[in-house]
Amino acid sequence: MQKDMLVHVEHLTRYYGHTLAVDDVSFDLAKGDVLGFLGPNGAGKTTTMQVITGNLAPSAGRIDVHGIDLLDEPKRAKREIGYLPEQPPVYRELTVEEYLHYCAKLHRIARGHIGKAISTAMERCGLNEVSHRLIGNLSKGYQQRVGIAQAIVHTPAVVILDEPTVGLDPIQIREIRALIRELGKEHGIILSTHILPEVQAICNRVQIIHQGRLVFSDSIAGLERRLTATSLIAAFHAAPDPDALAQVPGVSRAEPLPGGRVRIHFTATDPSEALIAQAVANRWRLYELSPERRTLEQIFIELTCSEQPSDQPEETA
Amino acid sequence: MIFTIAARELRSLFLSPLAWAVLAVVQFILAYIFLSQIDNYLMWQPRLAAVEGAPGVADLVIAPLFADAAIVLLLVTPLLTMRVLSEERRNRTLSLLFSAPVSMTEIVIGKYLGVLSFFLVLLVLLALMPLSLLAGTELDLGKLATGLLGLTLLLAAFVATGLFMSALTEQPTIAAISTFGLLLLLWIIDWAGNSENQASGLFAYLSMLRHYETLLKGLFNSTDVAYYLLVITLFLGLSIRRLDADRLSH
Repeated sequence: MQKDMLVHVEHLTRYYGHTLAVDDVSFDLAKGDVLGFLGPNGAGKTTTMQVITGNLAPSAGRIDVHGIDLLDEPKRAKREIGYLPEQPPVYRELTVEEYLHYCAKLHRIARGHIGKAISTAMERCGLNEVSHRLIGNLSKGYQQRVGIAQAIVHTPAVVILDEPTVGLDPIQIREIRALIRELGKEHGIILSTHILPEVQAICNRVQIIHQGRLVFSDSIAGLERRLTATSLIAAFHAAPDPDALAQVPGVSRAEPLPGGRVRIHFTATDPSEALIAQAVANRWRLYELSPERRTLEQIFIELTCSEQPSDQPEETA
Repeated sequence: MIFTIAARELRSLFLSPLAWAVLAVVQFILAYIFLSQIDNYLMWQPRLAAVEGAPGVADLVIAPLFADAAIVLLLVTPLLTMRVLSEERRNRTLSLLFSAPVSMTEIVIGKYLGVLSFFLVLLVLLALMPLSLLAGTELDLGKLATGLLGLTLLLAAFVATGLFMSALTEQPTIAAISTFGLLLLLWIIDWAGNSENQASGLFAYLSMLRHYETLLKGLFNSTDVAYYLLVITLFLGLSIRRLDADRLSH
């Protein structure tokens, strides 16, 4: 195992009664990784996170956090984990500062360091101006930030965030994303979300979970490669015959689309240049040419919808 | 760690108006009972003075006061213990404790001590009433001490029962009514014991009231103390098991 491996999950399986919620999931998280966990509702994202944070016991499998076995030494392992569940676990009757003080003590931060830990966490989450207000009176966005502050106050090696941007306004979402990116520099981060662009915006690794199984696991760079274009969309005022287009070097097939547009498929190299040259030479009056990219959404839908739901009923996440 | 959890529990209790309301109402009612007992005693005193070895203040004022206090507290405890764990479960704050480096035992005992210390405050306020009599008369301090010990143990058992009921459910009201039901049952269970001479000694042993009455009489019996300690351990143990079950398959 590499030295900076923060989380190591091996053959994780979890049943709820007879329902299989997580099926043989294995993955690693290294320092500096921001791992995006995608999946439809009820795919097992939250269950996986709850198992890694020790909120649920796995039915089978093994979890190492920072080299410490979570099941053998839960107390030591949990010190290295910060967890923000779907609903921030805040006490409404406490002020932000009191609450973070309690969290810091729960995580056994030495008395002398508590003040500094709290102020750092509040600073990072932009909570300074509300530090003396009751959490119950704060807006959802601020409560979410308090939840994140709670997860990082003890500077854990791994921060696990379950849908951290749900219910926030667009500006708050941007701030939280920036915060997560910054946290990713020092901590390992696992975050779950439904929002696909969010993954591309902040993660460097993606995993898609479907019906409890990992169906996709790759780095964002690898994902980008999967997303690269294999077709162009061209629009002509004097559209040529598709066969004529197929003659252009590099083009494998041309497929006419409504509105005078043509989808041009290619295999190896991008034929744009040759196509433009031909268009000028033959007066096809080309006025639009754009590479067609697959989106993460397409990959996601391919992976999660290809297989019809089996006999297993959907389980809540 | 236990004390961190206990301190927060106590703090949250005092941040809610419920705790203050309970303290005020209980204090008011007990003070009224106390005064009426004193009144009674003053009425009887001339005749008692003539009798050799007549019962004193401890028997005629303090014992009835404590006996009534136990009933009042039986009604009040479920109100304060109901939300201890059920509300954390409902508001999803339990996962804060579960993901922190704290064991289930620490969580349960911390919560328990937090609520118990609230009741100890109440108990101190109650103890001040008979102690105020010291200003004007002599008291059988031994009897007062066993009475206080009995009430403390009784309360500790009440709170443990309430905590367990609160661990069972997500609805505070359900926790309250079940706690109340169970406590009342344990209170009156010896009625069956009374009717059937020796046959239901078990029921008599199970009754919380029986063990409390002996202590009120000034008899310090280790069986009675052991009974309460057993009840407390049992319910705390069950609460820990119950929380652990949250993590396991179900």
